[in-house]
Amino acid sequence: MSKSTATHATQRNRPLSPHLQVYRLIPTMLMSIMHRITGGALYFGMLLIAWWLIAASTSEEWFANAQWILGSWVGILVLIGFSWALFFHLLGGLRHLLWDTGYAMEKHTATMLARATMAGSFILTALLWGVISFVAA
Amino acid sequence: MAQMQTPLRKVRGLGSAKDGTAHFWRVRVTSVALVPLSLFAIGLVVSLIDAGYAETRAVLAQPIVALLLGLFVVISLDHMRSGMEEIIQDYVHGELAKVVLLMLNLFFIIILGAASIFALLKIAFGG
Repeated sequence: MSKSTATHATQRNRPLSPHLQVYRLIPTMLMSIMHRITGGALYFGMLLIAWWLIAASTSEEWFANAQWILGSWVGILVLIGFSWALFFHLLGGLRHLLWDTGYAMEKHTATMLARATMAGSFILTALLWGVISFVAA
Repeated sequence: MAQMQTPLRKVRGLGSAKDGTAHFWRVRVTSVALVPLSLFAIGLVVSLIDAGYAETRAVLAQPIVALLLGLFVVISLDHMRSGMEEIIQDYVHGELAKVVLLMLNLFFIIILGAASIFALLKIAFGG
């Protein structure tokens, strides 16, 4: 590639928009970042579902092994995190679908929704594990 | 002659793969389908908390359960593929690393899908 010095100079001096770290953290921004992080976590969480299905299809011993690991305190902690990430991403996704229709884009409504997503994810996780401890008892 | 072109002229026509709308639409369609399917999957897991090996397999072998769980897995994987693709394209700028990761993403999705569906079918057909 032949580039003139002028081109290089333009590239060096071109003003860039500032990146994330110069902005004050606000609820909608936090939700956006968390939506991506939970999505990434769920991506690898799918390994657990595949592993559990394979164990159930292989043998009683494999299944017992999987159940034991998932039922250990480490397993339960991972599953609580998994369920929270799923609820968070699910509620965040519903928020995005609502925005896609053009509603709730106004600043204060969007902030309110962001807080509701965060609160909702914790409430649903608590409810789920309440039900689980009730069923398992 | 190359240096006679403005930077804008050089990149014009190179920027878009022209399939952004299809990607966007596919993420939305799969996300809508995953709302009821995820709730079903959560409910199924909760209902199987106390079930042993035989009972779990009997439930998973029911046609409706096998079908819905299969749909949950396949549609989740499609949604995951789109999402991870977007993350890679956003953060990985080296051409080689980007291509390798995009390939690994597809391999991960297809291997996970093949293994899960095989397991589900094996249980459903009583293997």
